[in-house]
Amino acid sequence: MAEEVRTTLAGGSTEVARREDLREYLPAIEPERQVSDWGRSERIEGLIDRTIVDFLYHLWFRCEIEGIENVPGDGGALIVSNHSGALPPDAMMIVKAIKEEHPHPRPVHLTVEHFFKGYPGFSALLPKVGGVAAHPANVQRLLYDEQQLVLVFPEGRKGTEKLYKDRYRLRRFGRGGFVEAAMRGHAPIIPVAVVGAEESMPAFAQLKPLQRLTGLIYFPITPTWPHFGLLGMVGYLPAKFKIRFLPPVRTDDLGDEPWEDKALVQTIAHDVRATIQEELLDMVGKRRSVWFG
Amino acid sequence: MSPKVSKRVLITGLSTYWGGRLAQALERDPEIETVIGVDRRPPKVELQRTEWVEVADSHSLIRRIVQGAQIDTVVDTRLVVDSVVTSARRAHENNVMGTLNVLAACSGADSCVRKFVFKSSAHFYGAEQDDPAYFTEEMRRPHPPRTSLERDIVEAESAVQEFRDKHPEITVTVLRFANGLGPNLNTSHMRYLTLPVVPTILGFDPRYQFIHSDDMAGVLEHAVREDLDGIYNAGADGVLALTEVVDLLGKQWVPLLPPWGTGIAAASLRRAGLAIPPEMLQQLRFGRAIDNRKLKATGYRYRYTTRETVLRLREHQRVAPLLGRRSADGYRYEREVEEFLRRSPSVVRRNRAPEPVRNVAPGGRTPPKPSRPRRPAAAPPEYDELEAEEVIALMRSFETDDLEALRRYEAGRAGREPVLRAIDSLLSRARSPA
Repeated sequence: MAEEVRTTLAGGSTEVARREDLREYLPAIEPERQVSDWGRSERIEGLIDRTIVDFLYHLWFRCEIEGIENVPGDGGALIVSNHSGALPPDAMMIVKAIKEEHPHPRPVHLTVEHFFKGYPGFSALLPKVGGVAAHPANVQRLLYDEQQLVLVFPEGRKGTEKLYKDRYRLRRFGRGGFVEAAMRGHAPIIPVAVVGAEESMPAFAQLKPLQRLTGLIYFPITPTWPHFGLLGMVGYLPAKFKIRFLPPVRTDDLGDEPWEDKALVQTIAHDVRATIQEELLDMVGKRRSVWFG
Repeated sequence: MSPKVSKRVLITGLSTYWGGRLAQALERDPEIETVIGVDRRPPKVELQRTEWVEVADSHSLIRRIVQGAQIDTVVDTRLVVDSVVTSARRAHENNVMGTLNVLAACSGADSCVRKFVFKSSAHFYGAEQDDPAYFTEEMRRPHPPRTSLERDIVEAESAVQEFRDKHPEITVTVLRFANGLGPNLNTSHMRYLTLPVVPTILGFDPRYQFIHSDDMAGVLEHAVREDLDGIYNAGADGVLALTEVVDLLGKQWVPLLPPWGTGIAAASLRRAGLAIPPEMLQQLRFGRAIDNRKLKATGYRYRYTTRETVLRLREHQRVAPLLGRRSADGYRYEREVEEFLRRSPSVVRRNRAPEPVRNVAPGGRTPPKPSRPRRPAAAPPEYDELEAEEVIALMRSFETDDLEALRRYEAGRAGREPVLRAIDSLLSRARSPA
């Protein structure tokens, strides 16, 4: 038969070529709905944003923003930040900063570990406020197909479980998965340096037995947790926050399928990490007080 | 590859909801010459010209129907995707062994089948903690199947894949359907959403995607009409949170199931009359959505979004108590009536096949002429059912001209070697003394 060899049933043409054709087939947005297809709820997000987040952003952490113009007003972009604080407040503050300071405020999807989808409570709440499981396919769909802003913390839990003595020392940036995701999404990477989160909820020790008992990803000792109970979980210290958005790193000018070039992926991942580390040291060096900036 | 136009369709699982709906849709189209359905139970919906053959999934019998009716398209809608409707053993028998049998019936060097459509389920993907938010067709399961039902579906699909590899000339379509919702469906999810108060797992609000039963029938029909080679996800646009679904239905959700030991709690609910199958329990925890864009790119337009599907269900749930216990028209298959309606010359057919004669003898062969009534072997309908030895045993009592007629018939049909030889020897013996 004069037919080319068929791929396997599950195979098909390359993934990205396929997606390029399929963007126009995204489901239309139903205006009657208050919840997005990702599970994000306008109502719940708005409620938390107007109360807790607003209070923390303006009064408690007194966030100071630099370089907000580096966040593009349209199209997909991958925001990459350092991660710290036992129950990290940095994600909330970055999202709020874009909402407050940007001339074209846009929702940001923050990637969270798969663990949270399996833990009762978190599983129901996190998607409501914009959390999306950190699966490469999810990031790619958001960046490329839906042209959204995505926030990732390549350090992951290694960043948040590190102890106070290791503050502002970046952990390993995963395996460069975030660079690959940005390349596949044809989206720029916007590095972000956050100062203040480390001091807002320092972890002094990690208790392995209690971690096993509760099934959480880690069980730290912080100034307020666990002795003040659940309330202590959000017992942030009023450290001064400084968030600096850095110039975007383009990934769409690297040729065809740059993600296949693992060396290139690693180089970019390393460069982004080094940039953020440098900025952090610069910001911490210039800081006169942890509490007043 | 030239487009394959389906004209002679065989539906396995005619008595499933999908099989019936598809047959109804196809028989309305005069372009479709023949619609034949096989199932072990009679059809549940009224059909005009679709013919039901009472056959389980025995491959030799289906093969004979396929060859006899020169079927070019086989639509397999038998797959059991809800482990509550039957026992695990019977589901396995149907899903795996049945699929193998149907595939065997379609294969073979002389097979006339050009298209094979397989109704599968999104249960293929499972529902796990580290799933992507949308499954695309080329994704494999991140984990091995958890429940026996999922294992069966994966196994059945791999059999279809193997069939596709062996028969590059046959278009093989695999349709992975999201959970169906619709007034006449009887699934675990339908029963679950019909409860006055909907129990959820404490601390979880899974994402849900449904497909309306009209769209399910529509997608199957689309697959028969178009040439879709490969796997296609079929689920409506839009993904809802479970609480959103329950709110749209105007009901109350209650986090009744504990996050730990959910299986035990579900088992005690089963005793109280609510059966939650294990694969649904996984969905109630982690949810699942599929990317439906590949199918949309082939030209299919969904009639309902997931939200509209749920709203339709609410309308139905409001009206259902007014209609009484049996909301369906109470159709019951009566073989005599159906046979009369299809065969009797007195019936005025509004919806008939283009050339009714071809319905009897497909492939341009002329049927054996009905001859004198005393000829026992000319064409009693059961003749083809007889084994060669039985035919030979019967033959001794035949007249010479009967034998000659039988020889012509046998040569034109099954052409079984021993039967022909036995007839020849009987004929020569009959002639020699004269």
